[in-house]
Amino acid sequence: MSVADFIRNSQVWKSIFRHPAPRDRRNRVVVMLTNVFLHLHPVSVRKSGIALSYTWCMGGLTFFMFLELTITGVLLMFYYRPTLEHAYNDILLLRDVATLGILRELHRWGAHAMVITIWLHMYRVFLTGSYKPPREFNWGVGVLLLVMTLLLSFTGYLLPWDQLAIWAITVGSNMARATPFLGHEGPGASFLQVGGVPLIHSGSDARFLLLGGRFVSGDTLLRFYVLHCVAIPLAVGVLIAVHFWRVRKDGGISGPL
Amino acid sequence: MADPTPSNVPGTPPPATPAAGTPTSTTTTPVAAAPAAPKPAAPPKPAAKKGDDRRGFLMGMIGSPFAAAWTFFSVTMVVWTLGTLRFLFPNVLAEPPSRVKIGLPEGYEEGKVVDKYKDQNFWVVRYNGEIYALSTTCTHLGCTPNWLESAQKFKCPCHGSGFYITGINFEGPAPRPLERWAISVGDDGQLLVDKSKKFQQERGEWSNSESFIKV
Repeated sequence: MSVADFIRNSQVWKSIFRHPAPRDRRNRVVVMLTNVFLHLHPVSVRKSGIALSYTWCMGGLTFFMFLELTITGVLLMFYYRPTLEHAYNDILLLRDVATLGILRELHRWGAHAMVITIWLHMYRVFLTGSYKPPREFNWGVGVLLLVMTLLLSFTGYLLPWDQLAIWAITVGSNMARATPFLGHEGPGASFLQVGGVPLIHSGSDARFLLLGGRFVSGDTLLRFYVLHCVAIPLAVGVLIAVHFWRVRKDGGISGPL
Repeated sequence: MADPTPSNVPGTPPPATPAAGTPTSTTTTPVAAAPAAPKPAAPPKPAAKKGDDRRGFLMGMIGSPFAAAWTFFSVTMVVWTLGTLRFLFPNVLAEPPSRVKIGLPEGYEEGKVVDKYKDQNFWVVRYNGEIYALSTTCTHLGCTPNWLESAQKFKCPCHGSGFYITGINFEGPAPRPLERWAISVGDDGQLLVDKSKKFQQERGEWSNSESFIKV
């Protein structure tokens, strides 16, 4: 009996892997079906479906970027404090305080790359007609993921708290002023009033909700930090699970059904 | 509904007419055929009554606690959602007040822009015998321009919009002049800037007496 067989027959191994070695077709299927992560993935994939010339692997690269950003992001959180006093200096100090301060650059480049790959993924799905029934629901999930990615990009932009960040967010969040009904300069907001007192004003509109104040301030930094590090990634994680599972249920990675 | 349709479908001459006659007679006129009347009248009435009572009783027992629970749950969820939304709007803000005292009019020099209140979103300008408070928000996309003393203009660092000392735009993408805040003389003779009211030149509001002080 070899060492490998000894390990495979031990109680510890069998408690983790509840199937025989994947040496035949059946057991390879069982591996996929009994693993919580792999079960999101199709049991079998057409060779043409994973051809690089067809998929560009853009969805896979986007997911890879998400994993990379999660790992580097968590590491960066050990050195970054989202306050007016510390934010800017903490980013600068990363170079000196930490070995491999390049992690911060990896996070930034990864963020740019993810925005690029997710657009290319959408473009590929459009070109191959992979949004058509029965995959139209998954197209919708994908659009939500795209919006979430852009929001992650937007919220992360503020965190270095340099001049570029502050003015970019000032300009970007000005769009929220013009939200119909919910922005105080938007169409319809003037109708929402009780006895001449406006319900939607600069202290109660969508922009205020986003910034935690009337202009970009320390409260904004904290809000964007929480959204960037907790709220949006959680939502993205759930949506990614749904997205992958629907890829499997809707007939596998793209291609004719 | 069920009675007339099957009788119409077969449509055979002799049985069709009496069959069609029975439902109308029960509802409208007493012309009814004697044998047809007791059949529907006697059995369904008591059956329906007993069934309603029993069902009503059961529904009362089973249905209403469920209804109550779901109502309670729904109301709770709505209140929680609204409460969460309200939670995101703080009651206290560490923002500067909207009404600011800025000293006596004599303290301002002709042709000078005072940068002191830039953090509070306005410049005080005395120009051509008028004192006015210009908003520091660029009318293009909302950045804060800088007063360039040597070039005698407000210049926005974001996209290069330029404004004269009067606030009128003359270069770059800004579509309209800077806005003025309301300004007045208080009881103690000090100037008072009120940022809750703004005056836009392109609407002709700069002729409003609240938008400047004559000196």
